[in-house]
Amino acid sequence: MFGRPLLRFVRKDTQINFMRGRYMGLIVSAVLSIASIILFFHPGLTLGLDFRGGIVVEAKTSGPADFAKLRSALAAQHISHASLQAFGAPDDVLIRLDAGDDQNTDAVVDTVRRAVTEAQPGTTILRADAVGASVSAELFRNGMLALGLSLAMILVYIWFRFEWEFALSAVITLVLDLTKTMGFLVITGFEFDLVMVAAILTILGYSTNDKVVVYDRVRENLRKYRTMPLIDLINLSINETLNRTLGTSSTVFLAALPLALWGGATLSGFAWTMLFGIVVGTSSSIFIAAPLLLFMGEGRLKRGAKAGPAPAQQKS
Amino acid sequence: MYYSRLKLASVLGVCLLGLLLCLPNGMRKPFPSIPWRQIHLGLDLRGGSYLLMQVDLKSLTHDRLQTLAENTRDTLLKSQLGYQNINVDADKNTVSFQPRDAAEADTDVATLDKLPRVVPNEFSVKKQDDGTIALVLSADAIKARAREAVTQSIEIVRRRIDGTGAVDPEITRQGDDRIVVELPGISDPERIKALLGTTAKMTFRLVDSNPLHATYPPPGVSLVPMANPAEGGPLPVFDHVDVDGTDLTNAGAVIDQQTGEWAVSFSFDSVGTRAFSSVTQTNVGKRFAIVLDNKVIEAPVIRTPITGGNGQITGGFDAQKATDLALMLRAGALPAPLSVVEQRSIGPSLGADSIRAGILSLGVGFLLVVVFMVLFYGRFGWYADIALLANLVLMVAILSLFEATLTLPGMAGMLLTLGMAVDANILINERIREEVARGRTPLAAMQTGFERATSTIVDSNATAFLAHVMLFVFGTGPVRGFALTITIGIATTLFTTLLLSRMLMARWYARPRPASLPV
Repeated sequence: MFGRPLLRFVRKDTQINFMRGRYMGLIVSAVLSIASIILFFHPGLTLGLDFRGGIVVEAKTSGPADFAKLRSALAAQHISHASLQAFGAPDDVLIRLDAGDDQNTDAVVDTVRRAVTEAQPGTTILRADAVGASVSAELFRNGMLALGLSLAMILVYIWFRFEWEFALSAVITLVLDLTKTMGFLVITGFEFDLVMVAAILTILGYSTNDKVVVYDRVRENLRKYRTMPLIDLINLSINETLNRTLGTSSTVFLAALPLALWGGATLSGFAWTMLFGIVVGTSSSIFIAAPLLLFMGEGRLKRGAKAGPAPAQQKS
Repeated sequence: MYYSRLKLASVLGVCLLGLLLCLPNGMRKPFPSIPWRQIHLGLDLRGGSYLLMQVDLKSLTHDRLQTLAENTRDTLLKSQLGYQNINVDADKNTVSFQPRDAAEADTDVATLDKLPRVVPNEFSVKKQDDGTIALVLSADAIKARAREAVTQSIEIVRRRIDGTGAVDPEITRQGDDRIVVELPGISDPERIKALLGTTAKMTFRLVDSNPLHATYPPPGVSLVPMANPAEGGPLPVFDHVDVDGTDLTNAGAVIDQQTGEWAVSFSFDSVGTRAFSSVTQTNVGKRFAIVLDNKVIEAPVIRTPITGGNGQITGGFDAQKATDLALMLRAGALPAPLSVVEQRSIGPSLGADSIRAGILSLGVGFLLVVVFMVLFYGRFGWYADIALLANLVLMVAILSLFEATLTLPGMAGMLLTLGMAVDANILINERIREEVARGRTPLAAMQTGFERATSTIVDSNATAFLAHVMLFVFGTGPVRGFALTITIGIATTLFTTLLLSRMLMARWYARPRPASLPV
């Protein structure tokens, strides 16, 4: 166990012609992203409590939940438009209510709590949340601001470290990744809330990281092989970094997997989205970011030492 | 490739220090005098309630305008200047009136300009185009008053919550007009909300005995509803406050000796005592209303002058209500009403489940990554695993040092950091492999591997760092915990991979000087 590695993903002299599939990759990606955008507008994301406002009460009833009884208990308190839903075990109930124009969501949540415990004595309230309409609008604005600013800062950073062709193709790829993640959220019905914004930002960070590694190698090879056609050079760079790309995505995947399986209601949606994002982010580095760089950089990217003014290049 | 003993010792020292800093989380404080910092569990892990409360600043301005209108009326009357239609406009923050005679307008302005101001330049007095005279509150004064009101509210909220015996409450300001109240262990915050939702402004005012005024109150008299509607309709009460609740020094819940009902007894300070005795001396036989938040609790008839500065309120209370009212009177009145705009309560059982789920995921995830690294990278994989363990220790150490709050998303952040942390090791190892494949000697391969990988490692971590700083700045609640752990995790990752695991590899190489590397 102390000695040499037992496994590896690909042999060291692997030469897969990834760029042969460049049109295919872009077309598949475009189709998936367009489908995701359509899904985004119709039926649209399921907004979580953070962004929608309203109340959520999670209760564990004594014995199996009696939905008819709970419903009539709520109706007696003039709460008629609540949605009751079983989740997990038969004694787990989830009660939701939209904020609407009602300003006193916090008073409503107390009423619901009381109605439920009175209807089925011995019920424990696991969670009772209320978010007012003004706060949810604010949380949404802040979430989107964080997302937008992160994208912008990633763009600026790559711009500084690489040439603009790299930065632009990376950000286009990131936007495509983002749309697919949205599509994933619509299809799975995972709630879009602040925790999900955190997941998306982590995916963006991870995906950028992956692209930076491939681009780093492209830049290095541009200086090393002055005459190699760009398409072969990008292929070479992807193949050289393939073991690392697969290795790192595997470890992040392995780290997030237990969270998806046992993380509980709060985190499993977050973790599944992360897992999806890792797969998308890894494949997009190879099939989207690289071809985009090829199209944008053909005949334009600087080669060799004579045309390498960027001080960053001396370091690597 | 060469690391001096000093460098080696300092890196190991940092790791040991980290281990030491982790200790407080797992054991009790052995001696009372040593610093003992530990990670706090977030409300989602230990159960409890989070309340985001908004201070109603509009009502604050409105209150001040009302007082200003009253002062205007009194001053003009005293100076024998006539006026019509005193009007409070809360949207424009003005009090305006029509002077009796346009010729008197300048005298009106000069007189009113001498009214006392709470802060310099609080308001200005102006003649307006339509002939009215307006007192306009300045924006700065409103802002200053709001800031002061929030600070004051926090103090009073703290006193009220402390009075309930809640353990470790956290009360903090958020933004300009919000207060965050965190109550560990209290998963049903209804009583606390009731306590905080009452401003508890108490005033003692005379009741207008003219029966006609009960239906058509003249200026200076308002109809105030009874707290208990069963006791009758609204009472005409003079706006003038004879004694203010702020002059109370103490209050307590007691059982009334004669009726056996719960009551709240109170005592005044010297100012209150003097005011109370002078009012009760000159108004024997009249009704004296005790008004709490614009509702009459009771309005007893003054039978004899009360000069001792003590009194009792009986308003049909039960034990809880009497205790809470006494608590609020002791803690003082809130300057403005507070409303709950966000509430999250988590029961203790859910919190315990979350801790279990988090620790299980963290353990399994850590193990999977460790095994992966050994299978794919052999000896250098073990070194990466040691660095990973050090990484976890340092993360916990820094979180303890900051006495940070660990939330469930924070645990997820730790786990993801561990997944990402080995990236740096993978980059180094793959690079060394390539260099070996190109036919370099082991020493040269390791050296180039370290060098080339470093810039990539810094680049990739910098982007992740930027994304999570944004999340920390704009996120709220548990998401901030997530961003914080990842940001700390990036720093510890750079330390453990660029220093520790590299050092381990270099030290190993220095001993056997192997002819080939285990890559």
